[in-house]
Amino acid sequence: MSWLALIMLLMPGLAWAGEAKPLAEDPVAEARLKHLAVELRCLVCQNQTLADSNAPLAEDLRREVREMIAKNMSDQEIIDFLVQRYGDFVLYRPPWKMTTTLLWIGPFLLLVGGAITLVMALRRRGRTLTDSAVTDEEHRRVEQLLSQGVKRS
Amino acid sequence: MIPEIGQFALILALCVAIVQGSLPIYGAAVGNSALMSMAKPAARGQFLLVLIAFCCLGYAFAVKDFSVLYVAATSNSQLPLHYRLAAIWGAHEGSLLLWTFILTVWMFAVTLFSAHLPETMRARILGVMGLVSMGFLLFMLSVSNPFERLIPAAADGRDLNPLLQDPGMVMHPPMLYMGYVGFSVAFAFAIAALLGGNLDAAWARWSRPWTTVAWCFLTVGIALGSGWAYYELGWGGWWFWDPVENASFMPWLAGTALIHSLAVTDKRGGFKVWTVLLAIMAFSLSLLGTFLVRSGVLTSVHAFATDPKRGLFILAFLAVVIGGSLLLYAWRAPRVGLGGGFDLVSRESMLLANNVLLIAALGSVLLGTLYPLFLDALDLGKISVGPPYFDAVFAPLMTPALFLMGIGPLAQWKKANLPELAMRLRWAFGVSLVTALALPFVLGKWTPLLSLGLLLAIWIVTTAAINLRERLAHVDGSSLAGRLAAVPRSYWGMLLAHCGIAVFVVGVTMVKGFETEQDVRMNVGETATIGGYTFRFDGAQDIMGPNYTAARGTFHVSRDGRDATVMYPEKRRYPVQNQIMTEAAIDSGLLRDLYVSLGEPLEDGAWSVRLYYKPFVDWIWGGCLIMALGGVLAVSDRRYRLAWRREEPAVPAATQTAGRKVA
Repeated sequence: MSWLALIMLLMPGLAWAGEAKPLAEDPVAEARLKHLAVELRCLVCQNQTLADSNAPLAEDLRREVREMIAKNMSDQEIIDFLVQRYGDFVLYRPPWKMTTTLLWIGPFLLLVGGAITLVMALRRRGRTLTDSAVTDEEHRRVEQLLSQGVKRS
Repeated sequence: MIPEIGQFALILALCVAIVQGSLPIYGAAVGNSALMSMAKPAARGQFLLVLIAFCCLGYAFAVKDFSVLYVAATSNSQLPLHYRLAAIWGAHEGSLLLWTFILTVWMFAVTLFSAHLPETMRARILGVMGLVSMGFLLFMLSVSNPFERLIPAAADGRDLNPLLQDPGMVMHPPMLYMGYVGFSVAFAFAIAALLGGNLDAAWARWSRPWTTVAWCFLTVGIALGSGWAYYELGWGGWWFWDPVENASFMPWLAGTALIHSLAVTDKRGGFKVWTVLLAIMAFSLSLLGTFLVRSGVLTSVHAFATDPKRGLFILAFLAVVIGGSLLLYAWRAPRVGLGGGFDLVSRESMLLANNVLLIAALGSVLLGTLYPLFLDALDLGKISVGPPYFDAVFAPLMTPALFLMGIGPLAQWKKANLPELAMRLRWAFGVSLVTALALPFVLGKWTPLLSLGLLLAIWIVTTAAINLRERLAHVDGSSLAGRLAAVPRSYWGMLLAHCGIAVFVVGVTMVKGFETEQDVRMNVGETATIGGYTFRFDGAQDIMGPNYTAARGTFHVSRDGRDATVMYPEKRRYPVQNQIMTEAAIDSGLLRDLYVSLGEPLEDGAWSVRLYYKPFVDWIWGGCLIMALGGVLAVSDRRYRLAWRREEPAVPAATQTAGRKVA
């Protein structure tokens, strides 16, 4: 097998080229980019985050964000800059403002409303209900119906 | 000639649907048995006619008849046969034909398994389904004709979107539609019961298996779609909260609530009014899903149609179906009795609480999906509602629901005793809590979400174990095997489906917590290590596919110096639509997936490469399949089989009149 090892050694860059380099030069900045990009929308894609998209515009925008990170801007400053340029559309986490109030408190309202309705319905039910509504007679009839079937015509 | 036969079959089907949607319902109202008996042959005839139309379109695709507009728009002479056939539902017109076809399949199934139903009930059910089918046939024939001719014929077709050229395309839409449309049966049962004024325990028991089967199909359909996105879109996500995904998820949530509510109506006669509303809701959301996806109102990966005329038709149809059924509901439902009484703490109230949580989650998904549309329509600005919103809203709503899932099945009907429940569950809770807190440390990383996810999953499994043990103690029989066999299948189904949720939660938690990824630039021969696996890039070759060219990379994967596998991710170019597709290579395993996708070629044969190590990711889909399996097991329960087998029963006259009164 030694000739195989020899061939592999002689072929440049085939077997022993070593560890691949990360695509990004600065892994810390890349982690910050990733953290930001998963909540940003790729504007030309149909429904993709900036982190996932391979579109050229997304690539450009990622480069811009990298530059802003290199300029030591905070996450908030970067987001503010992007919103100023592209509008709220770029944010996958909609900002809290007048028009989005209902969006953010809606789920909470639904839950509280549901819970209140539930408790009230159960209370009212407890008051109006005097006896088991499925009487024994009814139960017998249903069982009979289910177990014996009904003649088809 | 063949496409014209198809179109003619659709026209005939519409005529049959009109008859089926009117006469049997009228017959049931006036007690005319001759009119009622038309429902069954009409439904079967309609099934046959739509089947013919479906086959005609399939034939046009098979023989590459590019004089049919739809065929020319969604296929190409180079497209392999199985994808040409899958292209039947590759775009708007054909998917509606698939929708209608599956509706007639369900109708046909109802005619087969309804021997035990009273005739009025069957006539009304098939009549309502006929009305729904009428709407869809009318839609196809007026604004969305799949058989429209293209004269002169195109020399070649424009091809199926390369994104859709995938085995997932063959399976995912039919499964999903089986689920969507399957809720039409539950809907028809509910409307039939409202029309007849006979919402009773029998109604619930009849519609239960239908609902469960539809739910199983929908579960599998959604899982297939999620798996497809995972390997096809090339960035390894499995759920994106895309509006189209939400469109299929909302009926699933409603259907899940419906299954549980039906259980109470069946067993205890309660919640009738609520159950009916849920049945209407589940089907309405299926229709809404079709509308959202098909009208082009959303712009996303799946929405391939844009035509306001169609949108308007579907919107009107939605208004008629949903509005009409809600009106009928408002008119009829208050007359329905309340059912058996129960305490504030009881299995009934816990199921109802779970329903509230499910519906609040459903409402939140609906809100998040439609909100940007409304803002845009009202000119209040464009916003995006994406994963951060849904994650923030969904997790807090589902956590109590999953917790209740452990308690509910152990609580007694009518009146449960909280301290006693706590006693029975204390071991399960202790074990879950300790394991959930300790396990992440053992695995090397602790976050609150990790522990919470594991806590819920282990809680569900341990409470299910307690449940089974208590159940076995109450069953007669000497041997363990005998007692296990005596437990009804519907009970096994419930346990299995709940454990499926636990498996799903483990998958989600682990992949979120321990997933690692690397973006690397790889020269030929270079290695990268992720999750203990070393990937060596052995270069990329050009290869030719049937209708694409591709660069195919070769990666030798080893672990601890031993060869593990070889992976071949591809970067494909489809010339007809000039589209680039990333075909990731995935090595699946019970405990982890390895995922490699090629980025861009760099100089000297190097490539940018994305590597993922995804622990437990297959548990996500495995959990869904287990849930569906649980549903199948529940439906195969003895009492349903007995009901369906009875073809020509001899019923004493007394019972018969009693039955009529109930019906």
